[in-house]
Amino acid sequence: MKSLIKQAGLTALGVVTAVGLATGNAQAAETIKIGSFLAVTGGASFLGDPEKKTLEMYVDKINAEGGVLGKKLELIVYDSGGSPKKAVPFAKRLINDDKVDIILAGSTTGATMAVIPIVEKAGIPFISFGGAGVIVDPVKKWVFKTPHTDTLAVQKIFKDMKGRGISKIGLLSGSGGFDKSCRDNVLKLASGAGITLAADETHGKGDTDMTTQITKIKNTAGVQAMLYCGFGAATSIVAKNFKQLGANIPHYQTHGSASKSFIKNADGGAEGVRLPAAALVVVDALPDSHVQKKVAGSYKKMYESKTGSEISTFGGHAYDGLMIAIEAIKRAGSTDKAAVRAEIEKTKNYIGVDGVYSMSATDHLGLDEASFVMVEVSGGDWKMLK
Amino acid sequence: MLAELLQFLFSGITVGAIYALVGLGFAIIYNASHVINFAQGEFVMLGGMGTVFFIGLGLPMPIAILLAIVLTVIVGLGLEKFAVEPARDAPIVTLIIITIGASIFFRGAAQVVWDRNIHSVPAFSGNDPIMIGGASILPQSLWIIGSTVVIVVALHLFFNRTMMGKAIIATSHNPLAAKLMGINTRIVLLLSFGLSALLGASAGILIAPISLTYTGVGIMLGLKGFCAAVLGGLGKPMGAIAGGLIVGISEVMTAGYISSAYKDAVAFIIILAVLFLMPNGLFGGRGTERV
Amino acid sequence: MNALAKPETGGILALAIIIAILPFLLPNSYYLDVANRVGINAIVCVGLNLLIGYAGQISLGHAGFFALGAYFSGILVSNHGWPPLVAMLTGALFVGLLSYVIARPIMKLRGHYLAMGTLGMGIVISIVLNQEGELTGGPDGMSVDGFSAFGWEPGNEQVWYWMIGGLLLVAVWLALNLINSPVGRALRSVHGSEVAASVAGVDVAHYKVLIFVVSAVFASIAGSLFAHSSGFLTPSEGDFFHSIELVTMVVLGGMASVFGAVVGAALLTTLPQLLTVFHDYEMLVFGAALIITLIFMRRGLVPTLLSAFKRRKK
Repeated sequence: MKSLIKQAGLTALGVVTAVGLATGNAQAAETIKIGSFLAVTGGASFLGDPEKKTLEMYVDKINAEGGVLGKKLELIVYDSGGSPKKAVPFAKRLINDDKVDIILAGSTTGATMAVIPIVEKAGIPFISFGGAGVIVDPVKKWVFKTPHTDTLAVQKIFKDMKGRGISKIGLLSGSGGFDKSCRDNVLKLASGAGITLAADETHGKGDTDMTTQITKIKNTAGVQAMLYCGFGAATSIVAKNFKQLGANIPHYQTHGSASKSFIKNADGGAEGVRLPAAALVVVDALPDSHVQKKVAGSYKKMYESKTGSEISTFGGHAYDGLMIAIEAIKRAGSTDKAAVRAEIEKTKNYIGVDGVYSMSATDHLGLDEASFVMVEVSGGDWKMLK
Repeated sequence: MLAELLQFLFSGITVGAIYALVGLGFAIIYNASHVINFAQGEFVMLGGMGTVFFIGLGLPMPIAILLAIVLTVIVGLGLEKFAVEPARDAPIVTLIIITIGASIFFRGAAQVVWDRNIHSVPAFSGNDPIMIGGASILPQSLWIIGSTVVIVVALHLFFNRTMMGKAIIATSHNPLAAKLMGINTRIVLLLSFGLSALLGASAGILIAPISLTYTGVGIMLGLKGFCAAVLGGLGKPMGAIAGGLIVGISEVMTAGYISSAYKDAVAFIIILAVLFLMPNGLFGGRGTERV
Repeated sequence: MNALAKPETGGILALAIIIAILPFLLPNSYYLDVANRVGINAIVCVGLNLLIGYAGQISLGHAGFFALGAYFSGILVSNHGWPPLVAMLTGALFVGLLSYVIARPIMKLRGHYLAMGTLGMGIVISIVLNQEGELTGGPDGMSVDGFSAFGWEPGNEQVWYWMIGGLLLVAVWLALNLINSPVGRALRSVHGSEVAASVAGVDVAHYKVLIFVVSAVFASIAGSLFAHSSGFLTPSEGDFFHSIELVTMVVLGGMASVFGAVVGAALLTTLPQLLTVFHDYEMLVFGAALIITLIFMRRGLVPTLLSAFKRRKK
């Protein structure tokens, strides 16, 4: 009997205490709770890190200015490490345990998609920072997003290509969710845009050298340009390899590369690369009359002074998401989830750093092609193209 | 046709040399202790990130590189002293998990002390590619290949001509006999970790100008280096070199001529094939075990 | 009364009591969800523990079996409308065959070759799952319909909890029976000394393969359960890190201890949730905790604590 009790005691100790200790919630004063899970560490940390910093600095700012509807904002951020596997339990925790009023989260498409069924079932408004179009197409009642979709990006790129007389391209993509979704869009939209795909290469996660794939693309007969779908360190490596191989064709990348570190790490290889980016990226080059100049400019100033690093579009997605949410809560006059959701949907002509948002029941993104600008890397900096 | 093949070959040998250096690290530690050191990839990371850090302090590149190597070696010695030695009587599986804990710890520490961004390191002698037979090769690749050759030769001399090197080999064959012959096996183990750290750091520094560096860079490189060591027979340092080159070249050839989508799988498929057909690795001999 | 006096029966009883009481101690459905994850991981670990602790072999690709079971269920049920139970068994069958094919040639060898073989196998599986987007939904994953058998479906976390809890008890019972059977005794002799065991007439390779297949099937079934209860799958369920996580659970909880496997699973599944308080230091703390725990409890938590109690008794 003694060892029975011992065994029982030990297993109990292990299981119950571990689970029980996970309760660590102090009940705060009445606040508006904003829940978030972001890819703060891991391979997508250049997404989640600026997003987290942006949310934190603006929540602090708004609280210092008196909060919203007379209440303070409370931000709860979990680190999903860029993995949908980790995002799911955090989403459940935010909804059932932390009992947040709204979720602004999902640095990656993968994490966002994994969480959508949970959000829909729980009936809580969710603004995602994920890139792929599939997040809001088909439209889900409770799910919105702020970044431009990769569908829009590919359309924009194709338009620019046609303008330069390019009709046959080679595609290189990585093995991540964004890469694959981007590639799917290329395959889907190519023929409609008059573009043929002459080469279709991929590389693996953590690869350090893509010269093989780029060589194949470059040597394919009739190829007039290369498009790279990917993000992270790979974008710069691809740019460097491209330069090393002396490929003389136009080089396009996506908005996943729209950060200064892409240019810096490419060590000169990024010169001449074209990609679509939110106006925020080239805010200094915008004319004063541009509708986004003021908002984007002040975000850039705040972010750069608070963190000492350059802005990134990804932080911008979080800023827009937060502001849209706050405005919706103000208009709804409460944190009632259904009311806030309805107000988010009614967002009209909201000037953000990513673009001007006008949402509706059938459009939970609210951005169009005009808010995306085509830029080219020139002299180590972004240059807006007409 | 030929130019393309040459281009692939250059790429394969370059990346293969890096896998070889990492694999060497695995092999040396395995030799001394039968432990698979899963923190080996982190030594690679520390080499690259360390160099970035010291350059950021304003130090000239050669000094930064040296300090980064020293830093990594100290970490490697620390790993042995504080994590492996205290648990030396534990089952092998436990020791392996301890090294996994160490790799997580090093990654976490690096993220806190440094940052999570991606960093570049200037190439040792510029970025202008050299054209050979229609294919381009970066000067950095030549540095990588050259340094690997130098390191391999130096190791060969070390193991066969110096007392310490021979002591390490002796300990890997039979620790008890080595002890009876007066070899301090504790020092041998310590040295093995230091040596592996040196190799890992060198690999990290050599490849950083090409592949950029960040706190997570060690994961994939560590895994591929492990593959290289396994192919070579896990315990035969020279086998790890060949293993690394085989993994690197076959990856590139698969991407070039078959399908780039599955190129990562090829290294592991080769391992499975080798296991089924040549179980002691490509260079292993037949083993015997005392009852 | 003899049966009750055996420590194993006592252990199962204790586990059953804990499983029965736990839901009433948990504040909300998020905790039930965590408990369900613990249960699923525990089923995998009980099987893996047989391999590592009793057969002395390491599998570095067990998450591959888990993912295969999960995706078989996901694809067959959601994309082809198969009944979930049939899909689960099909997955288990496939995994059983695969594990047999891999293990048979390797198990004849000495040393840690199974570790390397399983490493390769696990990674190839996760690459295939990632690449074949048409079939598996690719890196962004796929959603899976709920489970239903004979017209009944578990609607929420609570029902799943009872189902998983029950299956865990079954798994533990099977494992304990295996250990105490002639098969188990043969295994332990192999672990002690392979050469001596084969001199004594034990077909060493045969038993090692058997245990490997059993542990793989456990993982596959747990994977199917996971697919239906979580409703969403990604290829990362089969990746190298998940495999390492599983091995860590077994080692931490206690090799050659079935209850240790359960404790290890509980601890490592809940730990990330607990560690969020450390924010930026989460990884660092986790790594350090792992190292320190294993240095001082090198056979794992449960065996070390058990022998500490025994010593106190004396």
